[in-house]
Amino acid sequence: MKAVDIVGTAFRNAFRSRLRTSLTVLAIFIGAFTLSLTNGLGTGINQYIDDTVASVGVDDVMTVTKASETAPTDGGPAEYDPNQIAADGPPGSTVSALNDDDIDTIAGIDGVLSVLPTKSVMTDYVQYDDGTRYQLSMAQFVPGMKVELAAGEQVDLDADEAQLVLPESYLEPLGLGTADDAVGQTVTLAVTDATGTRTTTDAIVVGVAEPGLITMGGAIPNDALTETLYDLQAAGAPESKPTQYAQASVWFDADAGEEETQALQDRLEAAGYTGSTLEDQLGTITSVIDAIVLVLNGFAVIALIAAGIGIVNTLFMAVQERTREVGLMKAMGLSSARVFSLFSIEAVVIGLAGSALGVLAAIGVGELVGSVSGSLLANLPGLTLIAFDPVSVAVVVLSVMAIAFLAGTLPALRAARQDPISSLRYE
Amino acid sequence: MASPLISVTNLHKTYGSGPNAFEALKGLDLDIAEGESIAIVGKSGSGKSTLMHLLALLDRPTSGAITLDGTDTSRLSAKQLNETRNSAFGFVFQQFFLNAQASVLDNVTLPLKIAGVSRRERTARGMAALAQLELDDKAGNKANDLSGGQKQRVVIARALINQPRVIFADEPTGNLDTATGAVVEDILFDLNRRQGINLVVVTHDEDLASRCDRSIYIRDGLIAAHEGVAA
Repeated sequence: MKAVDIVGTAFRNAFRSRLRTSLTVLAIFIGAFTLSLTNGLGTGINQYIDDTVASVGVDDVMTVTKASETAPTDGGPAEYDPNQIAADGPPGSTVSALNDDDIDTIAGIDGVLSVLPTKSVMTDYVQYDDGTRYQLSMAQFVPGMKVELAAGEQVDLDADEAQLVLPESYLEPLGLGTADDAVGQTVTLAVTDATGTRTTTDAIVVGVAEPGLITMGGAIPNDALTETLYDLQAAGAPESKPTQYAQASVWFDADAGEEETQALQDRLEAAGYTGSTLEDQLGTITSVIDAIVLVLNGFAVIALIAAGIGIVNTLFMAVQERTREVGLMKAMGLSSARVFSLFSIEAVVIGLAGSALGVLAAIGVGELVGSVSGSLLANLPGLTLIAFDPVSVAVVVLSVMAIAFLAGTLPALRAARQDPISSLRYE
Repeated sequence: MASPLISVTNLHKTYGSGPNAFEALKGLDLDIAEGESIAIVGKSGSGKSTLMHLLALLDRPTSGAITLDGTDTSRLSAKQLNETRNSAFGFVFQQFFLNAQASVLDNVTLPLKIAGVSRRERTARGMAALAQLELDDKAGNKANDLSGGQKQRVVIARALINQPRVIFADEPTGNLDTATGAVVEDILFDLNRRQGINLVVVTHDEDLASRCDRSIYIRDGLIAAHEGVAA
């Protein structure tokens, strides 16, 4: 019997008892549907986080802080360190400050391509055209980093003029009008220097950022603006006080692979610094989501196993029903191996039908949920709650087919072992 | 005389083992010549069906030899046995064993499908076989929609399709009324006479047996009597 005839016959046989097959297909459908949906949820959320990653930093940059040597390992209170300064993060959290010597040390570590201290600047307010003054925080920006823009373009890091990207939420309060209107306007920024004197400087709005998960609320300056603000802020500070940085950005070769990155982190740690890549920072979120998805997938797989038992049942009934037919075909010279493949392919066909329908339905529901959640989760723009990537869809369909095949082996073996004579006996 | 198509020597077949063992055939010898029609007659339990199953290579004997066309069949592999049954034998059973939902043509071409013949050739040969049995107008019908006599003609067409050397018929008219039974008999003997296809008919119908060239009577696993032209 030719392979194409076996598949064709198995296909026709699968739908010979329509109601029975439909019910089994339904059971698989439910399992595949759930699995696709939970998978899609994980994909959607992780995709969103990945997209957000681009607005936080780039993958060849590591944020380096000084390791708190004083932190006791037993969880007790840490000794006061006069070098501690306020760190980015939850209020009250501190890190040991880096000074210029540290920067030199880091630059000398093998694997560090370049290092740039992060100069933190604090602005008092932002103002446009002598209007109301608003507080504005400055986000740190490294080359390659991108934010989702509503209008304009990313800041030019090499430009001599002071530039910044404003969050969209500042446009109306500042009186800048629409996003397109705002691009090209000049805003005034104020800082207080070390002596307590307030000075102002101007910056050009080159872009308007859409609110994102992480950069929400902060403005993104270019180097020229950061330098200006930093200098203004540092004016009047006593010479003796060394320059301190909360953190530094370290560029490394991301293409060298994970192991090399890990080795670099180890070397930094040996030198007394903590280097964390973007992946480290987001890894926690992603792994929590992965864990949740894994648990949900577990439930779906249980449903699929139950459906697999349904296939076993269905096929045993089919083998029983077709005892004579199988006997006749074997009498006519059909080999046991072919009989086995006839029934196991029939199982795979049932699995394929159930999983294909399940995946299609899940994609449909995903689209539906996507359009509903778009309005429900309006403050998380760019989030597709349920996303499908072709690979995971294919994996779902193929693994359901594999489960179906396994489920089909038992009945198929019984059919293959049937003795044609006893199958054809009718007395 | 030419060497027989099928030659059986000292054939034993025992079912089960130990105290429950049942000896269905107790050392049977039989030669079937090329082109011969032979009836195997006996009561139920006499061993006639067992003999047919062994002759048709559906089962292996406990001891003894069956030679088909000079080949000792005990030396054939499972694959070769399958191929032999597929290409050299045709089967007609009392019950039709038709796939009720499939078309008449699909039922008839099943042996060709098993043999791996292409769809186009299957259709052509299937239509030819149906035409021979005057059923070509029913090719597209479902097997279920046919009368008993038509069904048995479909079964004969199916047995013919691979141009077999032997047709094994187990009570071919058992399920038919006398008139249709006679028609089916005519067809079978016509095939035997015109195409030289051997007929091995298992029956307890004396009238059918008497139409064969030769009848052998099986009792308690042995040939009790020969009738007709001795081979």
